Amino acid sequence: MEHGSFTNDSHASFTLAEEDHTLANAVRFMLNQDPRVTLAGYSIPHPSLECVNVRVQTTGDPAREVLKDACQELMLMNRHVRSVFDKAVAEFKVKQARLATEEEKKTKAEEAELKKQRDLLASMDIESD
Amino acid sequence: MVTEEDKIFAKNFCIDDLPDVPAGLPPHLKLKQNRVVSKKDASVVDTGDAIYSGSYVSSGVDNTMKLGNFYEDFKVDVISCTETDMEFDMIGIDAAFANAFRRILIAEVPSMAIEKVLIAYNTSLIVDEVLAHRIGLIPIAADPRLFEYLTETDQPNEKNTIVFKLHVKCPKGQSRLHVLTNELQWLPNGSEFLKESGDSTSTSKPKTYTSFSCSQDSLPEFADNPITPSHLDILISKLSPGQVLKLKLEAHAVKGIGKTHAKWSPVGTAWYRMLPEVVLLGEVEDEKAERLVKTCPMNVFDIEDMGNGRKRATVAQPRNCTLCKECIRDHDLVDLVDLRSVKDHFIFKVESTGSLPPDVLFTEAVKILEDKCERVIADLS
Repeated sequence: MEHGSFTNDSHASFTLAEEDHTLANAVRFMLNQDPRVTLAGYSIPHPSLECVNVRVQTTGDPAREVLKDACQELMLMNRHVRSVFDKAVAEFKVKQARLATEEEKKTKAEEAELKKQRDLLASMDIESD
Repeated sequence: MVTEEDKIFAKNFCIDDLPDVPAGLPPHLKLKQNRVVSKKDASVVDTGDAIYSGSYVSSGVDNTMKLGNFYEDFKVDVISCTETDMEFDMIGIDAAFANAFRRILIAEVPSMAIEKVLIAYNTSLIVDEVLAHRIGLIPIAADPRLFEYLTETDQPNEKNTIVFKLHVKCPKGQSRLHVLTNELQWLPNGSEFLKESGDSTSTSKPKTYTSFSCSQDSLPEFADNPITPSHLDILISKLSPGQVLKLKLEAHAVKGIGKTHAKWSPVGTAWYRMLPEVVLLGEVEDEKAERLVKTCPMNVFDIEDMGNGRKRATVAQPRNCTLCKECIRDHDLVDLVDLRSVKDHFIFKVESTGSLPPDVLFTEAVKILEDKCERVIADLS
């Protein structure tokens, strides 16, 4: 919901229903990064109300469009975070798997070596005490 | 008398070219841009960030975060990742994002939890409501993405409800019985308790508390991995012999989010901290160096041998630093050690309760934030 004026659309407040600091703080951050914005902030009018009020004042562009752009940009950034994260996790898992197989190989080789030595000792027929 | 040389000089003169004209941000603001400095007297100065894009316009510095930079510089380093725990570094992002992900992980990523407990027989020491609460808090290893929310108008069916039964008895002559979560038995066909109905003459199938149209174990997702609690060794109750205590109940799990009740939170904890940075502002040598190494409980510092019997302190493990400030208590070390936090480097930890692996939980959290943005855009259009 938008609270603004009919004559000047560069200043407006928006009420986002069923949202809290989670989204509002991120949106405020995105708004503040936009050079068209002169002021951006948010408040939660009452703890028992499930809504936030976001205030946007711009240098002339319609506040609604600027807020929309901020959300769009936030979404794109999230998408990027997700792709980078997924890639990092996949790489980590591949690395772990490789380390695990190497470890297995190593222990197997050690066992084989041990067995070889034991066989050698047995074949030499050394009497043990 | 103006010479030719002077004319050329005047023509090419630009005040910005002079070496002593400061360009950019002064060092204290530059430090503040991406570091938080912890001081000795417990005051953490300048935690706030100048997030407004025009904050440093007068110094000729653009404070907008260039989106191109973010897409190039953002980095994730996975430190460890198991089925339940995960630690990773998020580099090149603002706290607003890190905090949004944390909040969503705790309160808005859905999971399955027991919401309704039907108790038929309970003579244990734990009263019904306390028992129901205990059972509600048991984490369940079921992928919430395979289920739907149970709305008020919905009938509980195989798509939105998981039913467990718990039938335990401790007869006389036995030792005390510990009822663990492994006694919770999954009922893929739904409730077995019959609903009491007015007319007993009706010949139709007796009604139960759920209306499953098919068995859950016939569904491909659950065919070869039956649903169980995440941990099979959680103590629910103790039953004593002689008292012949019995438990006979059914637990119905539904999908929900942590905002409604903490039992639906899919994480034990999800938290982050900024990367600590320990800087030695001067040489710390010999006795001082030894004192510095000894004073740090987290073994952040190490001693470097400089030859001819001299020693120098170095920062070996800055990541271990908890910013306890133990090292800057001594008056002669306070000016030599600077404790800082890197503002755009987050050490993020996620501990899953077992419904989904932590990396999937984080991806889900990011998706939820995306959905929120999409919803706002749709509302504004």
